Amino acid sequence: MITAERKPLEELIEYIKPFKRILLLGCNECVTVCSAGGRKEVGLLASGLQMAMLKSGNNIEIRQHTLERQCDPEYVEELVPMINDADAVMSMACGCGVQEIAMRFKDKPVFPAVNTTFMGASERQGVWAERCQGCGNCLLGETGGICPIARCAKQLMNGPCGGSVTGKCEISDDVDCAWQLIWDRLKSLGLEERYMEITPAKDWRSGGGSGPRKIIREDLAE
Amino acid sequence: MKSESRLEKILAAGHLAVTSECGPPRGCKPEDVVTKSKYLEGIVDAINVTDNQTAMVRMSSLAASVIIKQQGLNPLFQVTCRDRNRLAMQADIIGAYSLGIDTMLCLSGDHTKFGDHPQAANVHDIDSMQLLQMVKGMRDDGVFQGGAELKGAPKMFIGAAANPFADPFELRVMRLAKKIAAGADFIQTQCIFNVDKFEQWMEGVRAKGLHKKCYILAGVTPCKSLGAARYMSKRVPGMDVPKEVVDRMASVPKEKQAEEGVNICIETIERLKKVEGVAGFHIMAIEWEEIVEEICERAGLLPRPQV
Repeated sequence: MITAERKPLEELIEYIKPFKRILLLGCNECVTVCSAGGRKEVGLLASGLQMAMLKSGNNIEIRQHTLERQCDPEYVEELVPMINDADAVMSMACGCGVQEIAMRFKDKPVFPAVNTTFMGASERQGVWAERCQGCGNCLLGETGGICPIARCAKQLMNGPCGGSVTGKCEISDDVDCAWQLIWDRLKSLGLEERYMEITPAKDWRSGGGSGPRKIIREDLAE
Repeated sequence: MKSESRLEKILAAGHLAVTSECGPPRGCKPEDVVTKSKYLEGIVDAINVTDNQTAMVRMSSLAASVIIKQQGLNPLFQVTCRDRNRLAMQADIIGAYSLGIDTMLCLSGDHTKFGDHPQAANVHDIDSMQLLQMVKGMRDDGVFQGGAELKGAPKMFIGAAANPFADPFELRVMRLAKKIAAGADFIQTQCIFNVDKFEQWMEGVRAKGLHKKCYILAGVTPCKSLGAARYMSKRVPGMDVPKEVVDRMASVPKEKQAEEGVNICIETIERLKKVEGVAGFHIMAIEWEEIVEEICERAGLLPRPQV
């Protein structure tokens, strides 16, 4: 999933200060799963903002709404009847959702309420970790199912650097050494010899090196 | 011979080679490069010039290498993958060779987290293995990494680093083999304090015949103080400073610690000389270049052979 973290309240207050009527939008997809911007978080943020604004003597009206999927124009259309009642939109979706609102409602200010962080997985309750950088040319089949691009601090494609100690990365004891994980996997799969194959320099065009990426499926595109 | 490198000539002639290093200054002080490198004149065969070591901005390794070259000495140009993409690296390699630099070391680079610009992006367009391949391709095939023909190939003597003390240990010999396959002509190792573990690694190296496929320079560092020994033992990831070394530094009064550090370093060199497959020494006397002469003298590494 795409993970996100809510921005500090002070930053959000700065955004909405000039406005009286705010449409606070959640998204029912990734940000709901990572507890950053779903219906529940929309409710919490709405009261937080109300209270903070009241304290400073400002009365604002916040309308709450959560879309099924904010990165999809079909669902964004659902906002048409309510958008004119708002001076500005604050979106708790990931950056894709925020931009969808900006594209659809060209004269409406829109502000992000979360920082979109990474594509990751839940390690345990309340902990998410990065797993994929969307490089566009997946090499997990060569690396035992562990990604060195997303999970090695130096993005090394050919083995661990000299800072790998007892399974941890040199940058922090909280970070596993991706190459220790890869090596352990290759061993348990009986694929140790695969380590000796040199992974050549990557073609980053698929990974954004040639500009913003787009997928066009001829069989589906209208 | 693959190059005109003095280091290659020394090694090819079967002499124990000696290299040391010189960290460029954090400012426009070319005179500091001159001073530091002069301590090593006639003492070592090549002088490593670090590339923004510990991710702190310094004079570029290319510029400092040129200054060293201008002194009539032999720079060993270090290049890391942290700060530049493949275009910039190839441009620098061509530039370096055009300015008379014929020996280089290919590294991943310390993570920016450890330096004074933790805000900076880590580039890592290619890794150290791919850098070795790239330089070898430029030298032997006369092609750029992208495949185009290169007019006037840089005839570099190509080095890589190896850390026998990092984990997973069982992968460390394979990693060396991979670096040799990628293009490494010589290796400089991480500082050796745990000689037993280094010997164990060398056993694996010899079992695969890797010491016959590249020259292995054993890295050593004199501890200047007990504090330095403790710091390396606890704070530097991938450094293995056994308790005995720290205890020995602690057993002498403060004013004698530097001398004890030098003694340990020389004893280490003597022990390493007996390890089959060790082709020379890389003496990393960090901000203590003036001590290298004494170490080489007492370790019987002087005078340097003429080739």
